[in-house]
Amino acid sequence: MQMSKIVRLSADIMYPFVVIFGLYVIMHGHITPGGGFQGGAVVATGAALVIVAHAFHDVKAMIPKILLYLQESGGLLLFIGAGLAGMLLGFPFFFNWLANSGSLFGMPVPIGPNPGELNTAGFLPLMNIAVGIEVWGGLTLVILYMLSGVGKEGY
Amino acid sequence: MKRNLTILLLIVFAGILLVLAAGFTYGTPLASDMDDYFIRFGQAQIAANNIVTTIVFDYRGFDTLGESTVLFTAVIGVSLMFRRFFGGEDDADE
Repeated sequence: MQMSKIVRLSADIMYPFVVIFGLYVIMHGHITPGGGFQGGAVVATGAALVIVAHAFHDVKAMIPKILLYLQESGGLLLFIGAGLAGMLLGFPFFFNWLANSGSLFGMPVPIGPNPGELNTAGFLPLMNIAVGIEVWGGLTLVILYMLSGVGKEGY
Repeated sequence: MKRNLTILLLIVFAGILLVLAAGFTYGTPLASDMDDYFIRFGQAQIAANNIVTTIVFDYRGFDTLGESTVLFTAVIGVSLMFRRFFGGEDDADE
């Protein structure tokens, strides 16, 4: 059994916008309120929307679970790797070695209120992206597993 | 009887907490040294506008590492618990 056609079509139309908004929250974590955890949760909400609107067993084949496992593990490894990369260059663990360096994400910001620039903040954007990928995969997996028990009863 | 006594105790406890909370004044924390340091030097040291992200991912980055590990462990636990409903070992994806 599934929801009405209106609900299904609305969910299909809304899904890309939910994902894009979540990626925006992840990417602008060092400028606007939000960050990796919040953006990843928003993206996972898109998966919940589609699963609730359609029947679970129709959606199950469309979501590659192995990709979600890889996302979850890869995000955590990327997070630790960004912290360890500074140690290779002679800095302490989790030192922000990219800030004010002039390279990737290395522009300084003026002190006080300013409009904000995406290319700043050192490795904070890298950390946000890593945590965002991890939360995206992890929460989507939790939603998949928990809603699979509901689907077995046939609603 | 016992239920009424529990409710009465809860009300008294909440009242004590409210009276204690009313004594605090907002906007003047007792110790604000760390806050002042983060707000004054955060933009210059980390080059980010969002001070909250600066604290969470840089000054307290090790804490966030533990947070990510907790999430990872929680997902593994949910996977183990709900595996039967998903089809267990018969499922093609497992």
